[in-house]
Amino acid sequence: MTTAFPFSAIVGQDDMKRAMILTAIDPKLGGVLVFGDRGTGKSTAVRALAALLPEITAVKGCPVNSEHPKEVPDWAGIETKETVSRATPVVDLPLGVTEDRVTGALDIERALTRGEKAFQPGLLAQANRGYLYIDEVNLLEDHIVDLLLDVAQSGENVVEREGLSIRHPARFVLVGSGNPEEGELRPQLLDRFGLSVEVRSPDDIEERIEVIKRRDAFETNPRNFLRRFRPKDKEIRDRILQARENLAGIETKKPVLKDCAQLCVTLGADGLRGELTLLRAGRALAAYQGDTALSRDHLRAVAPIALSHRLRRDPLDEAGSATRVARTVDEVLG
Amino acid sequence: MSPGQSAWARATLALTLLANDPTRLRGMVIRARSGPVRDVFVEAIVKHLGPVRKLHPAMSRDALLGGLDFAQTLATGQLTRSSGLLDGGGTVLLSMAERCPPDMAALIAARMDADPALTLVLLDEGAEADETAPPALKERVAFHVSLDGIGRLEARPMPAQRRNPSVEATASSSRKTDPAITDLTKLAARLGIDTLRPPQFALATARQHGALNGRATPKEDDIRVATELVLAPRATQLPMPEEPEPSAPEEQSDPNPNTQSETLPDDMLIDAVKAVLPEGMLDTMAAGAAPRAKGSGAGQKKRGNRRGRPIPSRPGRLDGTSRLDLVATLRAAAPWQTLRGKSETGPIRVYPSDIHLKRFEEKSDRLIIFAVDASGSAALTRLGEAKGAVELLLARAYASRDHVALIAFRGEDAQLLLPPTRSLVQTKRRLAALPGGGGTPLAHGLKAATELAERAQAQGLSPMLAVLTDGRANIALDGGANRERARDDARTMARWIAALGMPSFVLDLGTRPQPDLAKLAAEMRGTYLPLPRATAERMSDTLGTAMDHGLGA
Repeated sequence: MTTAFPFSAIVGQDDMKRAMILTAIDPKLGGVLVFGDRGTGKSTAVRALAALLPEITAVKGCPVNSEHPKEVPDWAGIETKETVSRATPVVDLPLGVTEDRVTGALDIERALTRGEKAFQPGLLAQANRGYLYIDEVNLLEDHIVDLLLDVAQSGENVVEREGLSIRHPARFVLVGSGNPEEGELRPQLLDRFGLSVEVRSPDDIEERIEVIKRRDAFETNPRNFLRRFRPKDKEIRDRILQARENLAGIETKKPVLKDCAQLCVTLGADGLRGELTLLRAGRALAAYQGDTALSRDHLRAVAPIALSHRLRRDPLDEAGSATRVARTVDEVLG
Repeated sequence: MSPGQSAWARATLALTLLANDPTRLRGMVIRARSGPVRDVFVEAIVKHLGPVRKLHPAMSRDALLGGLDFAQTLATGQLTRSSGLLDGGGTVLLSMAERCPPDMAALIAARMDADPALTLVLLDEGAEADETAPPALKERVAFHVSLDGIGRLEARPMPAQRRNPSVEATASSSRKTDPAITDLTKLAARLGIDTLRPPQFALATARQHGALNGRATPKEDDIRVATELVLAPRATQLPMPEEPEPSAPEEQSDPNPNTQSETLPDDMLIDAVKAVLPEGMLDTMAAGAAPRAKGSGAGQKKRGNRRGRPIPSRPGRLDGTSRLDLVATLRAAAPWQTLRGKSETGPIRVYPSDIHLKRFEEKSDRLIIFAVDASGSAALTRLGEAKGAVELLLARAYASRDHVALIAFRGEDAQLLLPPTRSLVQTKRRLAALPGGGGTPLAHGLKAATELAERAQAQGLSPMLAVLTDGRANIALDGGANRERARDDARTMARWIAALGMPSFVLDLGTRPQPDLAKLAAEMRGTYLPLPRATAERMSDTLGTAMDHGLGA
């Protein structure tokens, strides 16, 4: 694996960066979907985020990264109570992956050599307490999508096949990226993502030149480049950690709650997940900015990324949903 | 130099540059039909880029990424993995790249991103303009080379150029405020290249070319070469000659006066672009309809039969195209172990007769082709309503995840406004921009639709056709305005459609039912739906029901 491009060195794409920071602060937000043109740094940002994230504590050798020894599943057969600090798992879910690989399946080696029925954990187990990244999420095969939906919903992976009956926790932040021109995403999966961002190539020539310059500097001398941006990356990481601590203390007053509800009602967003995400994202942003209470400004800032993909899709509406959200936000919040 | 010679010189130069800096330039697309010229070039690739692993679009995922080596595993009783063709860097050559399905392209692209040592050569044999290698892969390689129009004698074998050991050193010693960065990025933007990978490739190309010629920083000539090889083939527009320079004042206030002198007159580069662009391309650009690489996303080429539900496995033979159902195989082998003399600790004995293969039930996707009459007579009556009806049907197609394509016929021919896609946004845009007026070349419309349907069938989609017209065909296939011949031509096309056996519908937009259209529909073996004084909703409902009915079987 090559060295990741530093997160703070990504030029522009503020919405995308903000959305990623917010889910890092509050994993319950439910992940990010990044949709946009080719070559806009979608994957770069995800890999950069992985390098930025703080470490987690996990039981040594645990296949599902359990935090405490008592949470380690029986089938793993792990005796040790030792915990280690390790990087937040960021697991790639490649296209064309088999169901076995995602959910886990019979351990073929043990079945063949020792005739034992044992479980070999899959990607969902690896991604527990971390991130599951799907590039080209809109090209993912339907049966894999169904499977992910189910697990993302319940936070638990249940394997009932080939004579195995296994369950293990699978709570992960789903990060998807894709190019909408190559196919659309099923609304059910769309809704599962907490935040959604649209990225496009920068229009500004100077910005474009800066992108190329940084990329070039990175490729020419990665070590120097990383050194240059390490302080900034660390600053972001510290702020994320700080924000995680502050998150619980963010005050949410009633009028703001009402604003939230009003926004979602006016937009006609389906279900209540919209309100919840809006609220959570707003609070995460407040925590990140070091504020103590959730305000309208926070809502205004996160409404487009939290709601634009939840509108009942009007296939005949020419204007993008982000514009619709912005319009409604102006109406409701004044 | 003749055009063929200079094209060959460009292609070989691209290969030389690639061979010298494969980690930055990543690979090339070669667009050419197979033939002696391509053979010479592929030979040169093998010589310059070292041993080449060949891929083809029908390769399984296991072959690409590695997987269980079943024969070995079963023989030794130990899990043996085979390595995939994309593992371990080096050069891979994907032949028939235009037939590469999007999921395979995404896999290769992911490997390219993860492994900088992997060099990709795409052999694109596309015969038609819309048949190209997957954009996701084209995006990730520096050079797009076309070998068309190069004569056999012009394709001279390249001399094996030794790598210049000092090249690498010089290539990385320059830097920082390289004016080439600014030049190439600006130029890319002016040529309508949206993504940011091409300017990076162009930069690497310019530097490499400079290094090969013993220059530490890229000069004019290097930038011209980079423009020709990397940017020009990706151009989607030609910049206006008299474009106002908004960034000019900034450049003058540039603290480093050297950059100014290094900056090239843009026009020279534009000329360089013009010189290498194929002529037809300039025409389409001038007409304002630049073929946008973005527009033809890989989604439209999605092969059908790619989704499958597992169904019970069957005994069979491993022939390389099927997948082993290991558990079923073991289950089949289990009862025989004692008879086959398995010892307590020895491996399980599996005989070929135990082998069970996985099976999947496949279903192909539906493609609805709308052929819309946009002639003057239809425009007068009900083009607006027809558009409305198509939009409503599109919404329905979206819900059932069908692919749609849109053909409009007016004036003297038919136009494919939208190649098969699932992107609703695009369809909407094209439809809204559909103009009306002119004659009614019904036969052209049917012909275009049939050709499209044949192509779609070849890709594994199940096409169906909806024709929306007022039926007053008055332009014959040869372009003449002759009602008799126009009607006969339309009939001929209708019989062709019937021969293809695809479900079809003729929606009569006329104010009163046309007996001619009813006959035409009968000839197509399709359904005739007269809709006097219908609204968009009614049209869409009627056609929608008919479609569901027609396909319900």
